[in-house]
Amino acid sequence: MSKDATYEVPIGPIHPALKEPFMVKFKLDGETIVDADPHPGMNHRGIEFMGMHRNPLKVIPLAERICGICSIVHQHMYTTAVEHAAGIEPTNRARYIRTIMCELERIHSHVLWAGVAAHEIGFDTHLHFTWKIREKVMDLLEEISGNRVNYSMWTVGGVRRDIPKKMYRRDFSPKMYPKIQNTLEYYEKLYGKLEDIFLGDPSIRLRTKNIGILTEKEALELCGVGPTVRASGVKKDVRIDQPYAAYGDLELDYVIPSRYGYENTGDVFSKTLVRLKEILQSIDLIRQCVQKMPDEDIDSEPKKAALLNKLKKADGEGIGRIEAPRGEALHYVRLKEGHEELDNWKVRASTYNNLATYAPMFLGEQIADIPIIAACIDPCIGCMDRAEIVDINTGEQTSYDHEELHEMSVRKTREILGDKL
Amino acid sequence: MPTSTIFTLIKQLVTKKATNPFPVKYTPKNMHAAADLIEKGELEINPPIDIPSDFRGKLVYDKECCIGCKLCTRVCPSEALIFDAEKRKVKHYVARCTFCGQCVNICPKSCFEFSDEFLIAGIDKYSDELVYEP
Repeated sequence: MSKDATYEVPIGPIHPALKEPFMVKFKLDGETIVDADPHPGMNHRGIEFMGMHRNPLKVIPLAERICGICSIVHQHMYTTAVEHAAGIEPTNRARYIRTIMCELERIHSHVLWAGVAAHEIGFDTHLHFTWKIREKVMDLLEEISGNRVNYSMWTVGGVRRDIPKKMYRRDFSPKMYPKIQNTLEYYEKLYGKLEDIFLGDPSIRLRTKNIGILTEKEALELCGVGPTVRASGVKKDVRIDQPYAAYGDLELDYVIPSRYGYENTGDVFSKTLVRLKEILQSIDLIRQCVQKMPDEDIDSEPKKAALLNKLKKADGEGIGRIEAPRGEALHYVRLKEGHEELDNWKVRASTYNNLATYAPMFLGEQIADIPIIAACIDPCIGCMDRAEIVDINTGEQTSYDHEELHEMSVRKTREILGDKL
Repeated sequence: MPTSTIFTLIKQLVTKKATNPFPVKYTPKNMHAAADLIEKGELEINPPIDIPSDFRGKLVYDKECCIGCKLCTRVCPSEALIFDAEKRKVKHYVARCTFCGQCVNICPKSCFEFSDEFLIAGIDKYSDELVYEP
């Protein structure tokens, strides 16, 4: 056998290391990974096509079913895109309620991710601990919206449910919205323990430090988004760069490891750190929202029959952008005058960008590190399996299909490897 | 030796439960005999926790006040509401309903309402309990 001989090991579409149908082909030299090649497309459900045969209000419950964990994210992006296209403004109170819900979902998503990551490296006690404390925020979300997942709360022009009145005792208690405040205090108390487990424990440090490194340059070149690239020190956050909902009124800063006295290494450890610190940031943001929330209507278009007619007459394109727990995501909607159905609907979820960062992260690692590196971008295949990239900063629409992205990924790998391939 | 585990266990004895407690304290030796006893009222079971307010339960449709404007069928995402042209009322398929509540919001006469009923699972989705005919 020649010295350069490699083995190809396919992992997926169905594999214990992955939670969702998705395949990565690994080229191995002994124990070391020399090439990783993601093959998405196993979970394509044609949701966008279904949406293009329904009217805009019917699509809202469909949009939130794109993904269970980022249900609020997809509802929010879709409704903002339709509002943008039809020129409707949500009320200010609706903006604050949307922000509170988005941040609650971020807490829930990051706590869930921490459990999954601990499970991938064999710490099942931590999985049970984190999923137990996640229940508290799930209960609050259920209390506010009526559902544990797929909240059905958004509508074009605002939200459909106010934060319940019993949580709203401004006159009797010094605390406003006592249920929300109690939940936030609960997480603040437990945060020290979470940090102890995930950042202080030496055996977890051994499995996460210097594993799956993504440098700042690679992160910028591969257009990664969210905590995945913030861990490498890239300052990229839609909430600050292009504020939506009520984020313009709130004080927040980029969560990057160097802010907390760590190095911006971009390994799994820094990604864990960024996600844990974002839980604290979300708690702070919800506190600010609760203080600043104005008293007014929650829906600027309460007459839904009139709204349907208005949307039928509307003509134009709209974009909804959001900083989802996993990174920036985007919905594009086109409405045509005289057509009740959406003319076009496109979803670009954050995992699509982050998948490209797999190639440099897997290089040189061992087979045993595959699950934790695969989990460290928090992949959500249900969101991702439809693909188009629209760059609204330059106004330029560039679309990549799987082949092109694959080619880019391989090219990138070749550049790094030089003439080894 | 006092450990944090012991404190957690003691705390669990006094904190209010968020989920339903077990119906009976110990598993009965004979389930059918226990069920008979409950029917006779000789055995008490732990009551379930209260249903939260604004609960999204089975949809209640008041056919008397319905004017047949078809707005609810225009917003129902799963086509659980089908318009009956003869009777000028809607037919409700509970098995298809996603409990999104858009019909509750759009109805001009407020004919729809969420109830507290949640035990609506069945074997046949077209059975009488799961299809509401006007």
